[in-house]
Amino acid sequence: MLIKKPADLRESDVTDQSLYLRRREFLQVAGSTAVAMATVGGVPAFEGTSTVLHAQNPSARKLENFTKSAFNTDEKMNSYKDVTTYNNFYEFGLDKADPARYSSTLRPSPWSVVVDGQCGKPGTYTIEDIMKWFPLEERIYRMRCVEAWSMVIPWVGFPLADFVKRFQPTSRAKFVKFTTLVDTKQMPGQTEPALPWPYVEGLRMDEALHPLALMAVGLYGEVLPNQNGAPIRLVVPWKYGFKGIKSIVRVSFEESQPLNTWQRVRADEYGFYANVNPAVDHPRWSQASERRIGEFFKRKTLPFNGYADHVASLYTGMDPRKLY
Amino acid sequence: MSSTVWVRRALKPAVFLAGLGPAIWLVVRGFQGELGVNPVETVTNDTGIWTLRFIVLTLAVTPTRWLTGWNPVALFRRMLGLFAFFYGTLHFLTYFILDHSLELAGVWDDVVKRPYITAGFTGFMLMVPLALTSTHGWIRRLGGHRWNRLHQLVYVSAIGAVLHYLWKVKLDTTNPFIYIAIVAVLLGARLWHHIARASQK
Repeated sequence: MLIKKPADLRESDVTDQSLYLRRREFLQVAGSTAVAMATVGGVPAFEGTSTVLHAQNPSARKLENFTKSAFNTDEKMNSYKDVTTYNNFYEFGLDKADPARYSSTLRPSPWSVVVDGQCGKPGTYTIEDIMKWFPLEERIYRMRCVEAWSMVIPWVGFPLADFVKRFQPTSRAKFVKFTTLVDTKQMPGQTEPALPWPYVEGLRMDEALHPLALMAVGLYGEVLPNQNGAPIRLVVPWKYGFKGIKSIVRVSFEESQPLNTWQRVRADEYGFYANVNPAVDHPRWSQASERRIGEFFKRKTLPFNGYADHVASLYTGMDPRKLY
Repeated sequence: MSSTVWVRRALKPAVFLAGLGPAIWLVVRGFQGELGVNPVETVTNDTGIWTLRFIVLTLAVTPTRWLTGWNPVALFRRMLGLFAFFYGTLHFLTYFILDHSLELAGVWDDVVKRPYITAGFTGFMLMVPLALTSTHGWIRRLGGHRWNRLHQLVYVSAIGAVLHYLWKVKLDTTNPFIYIAIVAVLLGARLWHHIARASQK
């Protein structure tokens, strides 16, 4: 089934939250996808969704009181199963099914994040504190992997900009560097030298302050599953997925551009910016099109993953070929 | 029952069914919805690796005959080669139909720009004349010597296939290098055999 919808980011006709929060009731009552869809026909968030989509983890903690974002896409969301069983998280193995199988060893609580570098308020902060600082919101974003597949994922989190500003970065802070946990007991894949651990990613300060950049702590209204980067991860929807570093334990404000992990291991194939760009191929494969998970044929990839209107101005004057 | 008759009547049908196994397994999993979150990727990867496996098995026939002296093993060579072509065709069609929506221009763009496609496409295309001339009639028409020379193209297909695999892998090259080692041994055995025979003359 090929579902092509225009990438309309100025979607203001989002589902009413009270209705959205009752979606599982609908499904429980309806008992079948078809009936459920008929019941709520025409409500964007429900369109074309399947029952699997709502079969979240019954033991996961629900996140309450989050608002819907104006940045949401109304494209059909990928199912919870898609989002949580097809992951690149090499800390748990190289196969995309490995993170779902092997990430139960990760302990997302207790968890703390070290903030250091060029900022006024360095320190160590617990995840519980961090989650109290900001109101949570749902952001339904497209996610485009550098491997030429994509998904639509309902994240829950808070703007990275709010997080960054809280630590009062100084004028010398030009970049934000993020670091993943290193612990071979919790992340058994780290016993293999697949990548140099820890995984490191970074953003330029203006990218980090952009309202689209998100610190995610949940998806599908629940706390992040381990395989998706619990308890806190980065989501940068206009960049390739590998920029979205998972299970963050350190945020550093730096004067110079951090060397992100994939650039370190394959500088000829992966850069720092990694902006989604159909015109710049990966050295080994085309980036002109992508397979949306759940669709059989490929669809065209959009510049900046469809977020060009929001973010292209960040890169005016820069050579687009340097932005991979 | 002589060894040859036993091979023809019992062993060959068994190997034929076993050769269909991976394709049947894909279809069964497809109907059960067990092809994973990205079924197209699963089909592409499965048909690809089985193409390479059948190329390797085909190349293993003759060295096995040399090593064991059991000549009836040669009776499997054509069937194994045709299975390599069968899975190669499925692999190519998956790519052509689902990745490129049957647009030849996109395939050609890949062939000229992407070394892993160049290698894989060349390897597959060279298997086409081999499959077409795999009948007894064609062996007779071409003559044994010329037919043999033509079918040495499978060596190029094997090299194309392993390079295709190696150049596609994102990070962990362990498996491609295992297949490269196997193909190297199988081709090396032929070179060694050739040199040994030449020095005897």
